[in-house]
Amino acid sequence: MFSKGTKRKFSDGDEEISDESLVGARVASSYSLQRQSLLDMSLIKLQLCHMLVEPNLCRSVLIANTVRQIQEEMTHDGSWHMVTEAFCGPGQSPSERLVATEVLCRSREQDAEPKLFSVISYEGCREEEVVADETLCSVSVSDTVSNVCLAGRIGQCWEKSELSGVERDEEALEDSRLGSGEDEEIDTEDGASTESPKTTGQVFGTFEIKNSSPAPDSALEELFSDVDTSYYDLDTMLTGMQSAPKMGPYDILDSLAPSHSSPSIVSTPKCRSDLNELDHIMEIIVGS
Amino acid sequence: TKPVAKTINNCLIFLPFGYAADIISTVEFNYSGELLATGDKGGRVVIFQREQESKNRLLSRGEYNVYSTFQSHEPEFDYLKSLEIEEKINKIRWLPQQNAAHFLLSANDKTIKLWKISERDKRAEGYNLKDEDGRLRDPFRITTLRVPVLMPMDLMVEASPRRIFANAHTYHINSISVNSDYETYLSADDLRINLWHLEITDRSFNIVDIKPANMEELTEVITAAECHPHQCNVFVYSSSKGTIRLCDMRAAALCDRHSKFFEEPEDPSSRSFFSEIISSISDVKFSHSGRYMMTRDYLSVKVWDLNMENRPVETYQVHEYLRSKLCSLYENDCIFDKFECCWNGSDSAIMTGSYNNFFRMFDRNTRRDITLEASRENSKPRAMLKPRKVCTGGKRKKDEISVDSLDFNKKILHTAWHPKENVIAVAATNNLYIFQDKVN
Repeated sequence: MFSKGTKRKFSDGDEEISDESLVGARVASSYSLQRQSLLDMSLIKLQLCHMLVEPNLCRSVLIANTVRQIQEEMTHDGSWHMVTEAFCGPGQSPSERLVATEVLCRSREQDAEPKLFSVISYEGCREEEVVADETLCSVSVSDTVSNVCLAGRIGQCWEKSELSGVERDEEALEDSRLGSGEDEEIDTEDGASTESPKTTGQVFGTFEIKNSSPAPDSALEELFSDVDTSYYDLDTMLTGMQSAPKMGPYDILDSLAPSHSSPSIVSTPKCRSDLNELDHIMEIIVGS
Repeated sequence: TKPVAKTINNCLIFLPFGYAADIISTVEFNYSGELLATGDKGGRVVIFQREQESKNRLLSRGEYNVYSTFQSHEPEFDYLKSLEIEEKINKIRWLPQQNAAHFLLSANDKTIKLWKISERDKRAEGYNLKDEDGRLRDPFRITTLRVPVLMPMDLMVEASPRRIFANAHTYHINSISVNSDYETYLSADDLRINLWHLEITDRSFNIVDIKPANMEELTEVITAAECHPHQCNVFVYSSSKGTIRLCDMRAAALCDRHSKFFEEPEDPSSRSFFSEIISSISDVKFSHSGRYMMTRDYLSVKVWDLNMENRPVETYQVHEYLRSKLCSLYENDCIFDKFECCWNGSDSAIMTGSYNNFFRMFDRNTRRDITLEASRENSKPRAMLKPRKVCTGGKRKKDEISVDSLDFNKKILHTAWHPKENVIAVAATNNLYIFQDKVN
């Protein structure tokens, strides 16, 4: 989509833009990139939990809250909506969009771990290019208040050295992004039989069974209310019983943020059906 | 007790200490200060005892020597979750002494144990049925009866587990606290707080439960809890969102509704993505008087008056220079470090740890503060500790250390203050340092 090495110019031949708004625009776009990098870092932290010992719940909750904060802000200023929309194309229903996002992320996870970071940032940053331009345009045209707000936040969040670090890395990121883009493939079947890294849902789910729809047998529910589900997940994964894909990293954001009202994000129906299947399987095992 | 101004004026001397084993995970003086217990990552407890004062010694106060060492917890495996349960001791709390033996509670992530530490310095000799070696005597050889006599022997300190309080916590235990009735104690994990009776191990009362019906809605966890030092019905617990709730056990069986709610309103100008993380409270401690409580969050220590819920009465900055480094500290996970804090015996001073083996003491009356370092390289035995200073910007003076040279692997998370005297114990990774007031 973008030819290698060239950036779309902020103003196409328009020389009336003042220096101030140009600086503000640059600051805004690097803020977006840094925010994205913080989001990526947080998602990786959630996934790379120690497999042997139970992860620290307090740490996981704090990271998840940070992820949700970023997502809410991105939803608020329109970046999040654009990320998901531009990704999957308009005309798709919200749930289809979600599946595509989640599956794409998950198929990446099957590759070696080191690739994961650059690939996620590919998904994010690639769209950020589009987003940045749009926000840049909106920043220059509309109120300067939001401009100041962003600048103010940057001053508090980030060090100057980190700012320049991100800008230097932009070029490197672009190259790696465009390279790995060709390998993109949607594969729904693959995920079922392989192990997926732990996500927040699974991190929290390690401890307790998820209560979604009312159980057909409440006594059974009660009996197993303290049993955690990850054991069964592993079991079903290994035996290939479960056919539906597991939650990917971006699903966390949806399941963790019930309060925001963005119309493009909808709770995953697929996840709920997984749990119903699990209940059903449990019934069979215990019933016989 | 001596006024703490003397301590703040840099009169601490360093007592050499040879204890360097596993990473120390908790430090606690007993009620008299005679004993000091440490727990480590390997599940071991080491107890130090203060030597009796002797007129012959130049120091009028004794040094701490190893009194007893025992393995408190072993690593376990949870088969249902396929996860290891660490043997690391998270907390030790002493019980007040009621007879010759000493009792303490030690807790790892899942299990609390009551240990009895007792001395044996006499041995019975002259048994009828067995030899001194313990071998059975030939009955036909016994012609007379004798009464066994107690003979002195080398002091032996034995530790034996008297109670094991298990299977009550689904999540990781972060606090235990003995109640002022000396009959009950509470244990807190990430989502629940249980009340135990010291004599009963097979059940406990759940008094706080903040687990949501749907775990995906979880946004807040319990980080610390403590019983009030005098009112046995009152306890507090802190959260990862920087709030403290004070509960009264007389109000209801389940104390989900607090009696008091302490939270400082957020400063909107300093809001960032890390605001919540740095507001998470890592420790809460009542003052000895019971009128105040102190909380530690990532960058500061706050003193609260229990009668005022809307803001703390005092705030002390521990290492404000880290505020601009929060992103790096988030990346290397240091932002999740849980620092503890403690009061001195008279509640006039507070102490907490920082990075680079630095620890900070604040005098509440004079508002003076001091930064000291716990390291062998920089302290000679019996020499006075030199105050340290971190250079935050501009020209670095001699003896100052710049923020970028701080070693974030050398963190002082656990400190303890003697209940009556100016003696402090500081755990620096796997070394224990004991400092005490210089005597003129």
